[in-house]
Amino acid sequence: MADISANFLGIKSPNPYWLASAPPTDKAYNVLRALEAGWGGVVWKTLGTQVKNVSSRYSAVNFNGTRVMGFNNIELISDRPMDINLKEIKEVLKEFPDRAMVVSLMADNTKESWRELIKQVEDTGAHGLELNFGCPHGMTERGMGAAVGQDPEIAKMVVEWVMETASIPVITKLTPNVHSVVPTGKAVVEAGTNGLSLINTIQSVTGIDLDTFVPNPFVAGKSVFGGYCGPAVKPIALKFLATISQDPTTRKVPVSGIGGISTWKDAVEFMLLGASNVQVCTAAMKYGFRIIEDLCEGLSNWMDEKKFQTIYDFIGRSVPALTHWEDLDINYHHVAQISQDKCIHCGLCYIACEDAAHQSISLSYGNPYNTYAIKQDECVGCNLCQLICPVTDCITMVEKRVSPEYVNWKEFQERQMPLNDH
Amino acid sequence: MSIASNRLTEKEYADNFSDIRPPFHEEEAALVEANRCIFCYDAPCTKSCPTGINVPKFIKQITSGNIRGSAHTIFVSNIFGGGCARVCPVEKLCEGACVYNLLHEKPIEIAKLQRYATEDAIQEKWKLFDRKPSTGKKVAIVGAGPAGLSCAHVLSREGIDVNLYEKESKGGGLMTFGIAAYKVTPEFCQEEIDFITSLGGIQLQYGHTLGQDVTLEDLRKNFDAVYLGIGVGVPNRLNIPGEELEGVVDAIDFIYDIRDKGYPQAAVGDRVAVIGMGMTAIDAATQAKRLGAREVTMVYRRSEAEKNCTQAELDIAMLDGCIMQWLASPVAIAGENGKVKALVCDAMKLGVPDFSGKPQPVRTGDTLTIEVDMVIKATGQQPFEKLVFDNNLNNTHGRIITARNSETSIKGVFAGGDCVNGGKEVVDAVQAGKDAAAAIIEYLENL
Repeated sequence: MADISANFLGIKSPNPYWLASAPPTDKAYNVLRALEAGWGGVVWKTLGTQVKNVSSRYSAVNFNGTRVMGFNNIELISDRPMDINLKEIKEVLKEFPDRAMVVSLMADNTKESWRELIKQVEDTGAHGLELNFGCPHGMTERGMGAAVGQDPEIAKMVVEWVMETASIPVITKLTPNVHSVVPTGKAVVEAGTNGLSLINTIQSVTGIDLDTFVPNPFVAGKSVFGGYCGPAVKPIALKFLATISQDPTTRKVPVSGIGGISTWKDAVEFMLLGASNVQVCTAAMKYGFRIIEDLCEGLSNWMDEKKFQTIYDFIGRSVPALTHWEDLDINYHHVAQISQDKCIHCGLCYIACEDAAHQSISLSYGNPYNTYAIKQDECVGCNLCQLICPVTDCITMVEKRVSPEYVNWKEFQERQMPLNDH
Repeated sequence: MSIASNRLTEKEYADNFSDIRPPFHEEEAALVEANRCIFCYDAPCTKSCPTGINVPKFIKQITSGNIRGSAHTIFVSNIFGGGCARVCPVEKLCEGACVYNLLHEKPIEIAKLQRYATEDAIQEKWKLFDRKPSTGKKVAIVGAGPAGLSCAHVLSREGIDVNLYEKESKGGGLMTFGIAAYKVTPEFCQEEIDFITSLGGIQLQYGHTLGQDVTLEDLRKNFDAVYLGIGVGVPNRLNIPGEELEGVVDAIDFIYDIRDKGYPQAAVGDRVAVIGMGMTAIDAATQAKRLGAREVTMVYRRSEAEKNCTQAELDIAMLDGCIMQWLASPVAIAGENGKVKALVCDAMKLGVPDFSGKPQPVRTGDTLTIEVDMVIKATGQQPFEKLVFDNNLNNTHGRIITARNSETSIKGVFAGGDCVNGGKEVVDAVQAGKDAAAAIIEYLENL
């Protein structure tokens, strides 16, 4: 059986799943339940100057009957007293010494307050620190959270303060509310952060109540931009993660992947793009801590199937497959093929291709079932029909290279090869 | 015990005649089902609906929370969309064509969703259609069944005034009088008619029989066009000895009585034979059982494979405990003191296909006798042949012949529904009414 244990900057855990800094990790009660359920570790909800939260705090995006496809919050950092938090962190460490205990921090913007906060936390025996440079609401107005993460210079300065004091590993958590995470990522790596984590939540408005006209979440007739997370943000998180894994500076430090991870497959994808472990929140908020069971079992079974002994056998494996558009092979071509045995005659491929693609599917009228077939000479191989088809493996893409040699866009232009004539 | 009413308690009647296909009680349940629909293009369900309801569209509108739009989508194609959701043999129409069948998965519950989408609209008489300004044209319609009302609704929408003459004291035709009460209640039928006529411009007059209270001649004189949706009426005779005995009834009358008089007053035998294997036969047999008959035997001269009802209907009868006597052809009804005592049948076997394409049943030489005290005949109905002849309408055996545009041999007189097709589903009659309305509108424009 595969070994799914992880070692992140020397912080060991029996599996690569940490609970992200969020409501599920804001007190001993929840955290103990999580660790009993089998989570590899937690990032304790951000500590700083105690705040006051509002009601309500969350809103969600549902899609075609699936609830909480996307999730949004306007909670701030921990609203519990510092001394209680610190006491409880100690308790948990005592009870579960084999699990990772990282504490998220967001101090006021002075060197002194960071130094003070780090000292207090290190005294608990916690294994690591995560700097919250990502919170997109509430704290930014006070010059903290994303306000730090969005400015590489400020981020660098704060990390330098932290590194002067910290004696345990420091992970800097990056905000996605920027055009690129790389500038801040580079700045904090240069300032000495031991690791990175990303993404934090994305600023959002999840929806508006069509009766009251007030966006949600609703707070006494008003709302604010919240932080978006959950399955909907995964593709964005993967993209940001990939840019960190590609950059020569930022790829030197380990990255903890965050953003919409609900299943072991999601986790594997983050690891394939360079994450050394992953953090989960929304899925646990929706279903409870019990999801850890399949997160571990699925990962282990997949690793066995692929003959990976440890997670380090595949971390980063997909990074080289991401290239520049200019380097893609223009001579590669594939076309759709419909299996008439599997086709259920729903016509979804036809209408998609007809209205939105390249009119490459023919319709032979039948009552009540039409027959659909690919016009191979017209098909550009865009995948649209295959993605839309409700039957697995009914539409497949068949390789039909234009010619055997690799030609990229640059060579294509140099050789004045023909463009489309229609 | 012989034929008797009041066989059951009030609760037993209520249980036996409760909704056989209960509606979605919660919006969530309807949404789960609606979200299963994959929104086919040129959808097989729509193509399999005689009225061509845009099924994927109305289901999508349920999921988007646009129930008003969903109801409109249904009613614009089929103003009896609420009733059809309850009585259509969907297993051979929309649901039978659902692409999920090809995945060996349960088809979308289209009828149930259609009922969900139309329920409030009918009850609360939503104003989903506006009448166009009056054209000053007037059309007389005879028969307030599905064909007549469907035609009336389309015409009225177009600003044509409609006078609708109905011989019964209630509208809806066979929807109201000829279908099992556990599928559709008389109260619902009335609500549906009220909803249809709430559009305005449709004057419905009950108790008017063609040829007695109104004549075709007068209607032609006083209106710009006439539509006949008179249905079929006279039950087929068996033409066997004993047919006059007390206890021999027509299925249509039997079903009519249940709906007209109420369950306790509807009399049923102790042991009942139902002759026929169509939808009406099933409705009669299952309701006889549900009224408290001890034993109900359905008698059909061919085998199960040739039955006229759908499998779903047969299943209802079998689950109700009805006995199926396949390959038996009634030859006599034996009586005692003027009352039914037994049904005597020839045993049959299947021979070569006849004109209908089904194997011809031929006698084996054996006979069988079923002890019964009631015989319900459900072997179809004849058109109103005399009425048709008296009005000089071209016909075949009483079925009115129409041109492709629904016009009869008399100029300005149109016809459709069972009186033309000989007897089909409600949904077919609704479409016939729409087709005729389109033809009448064109006719009026060219006057």
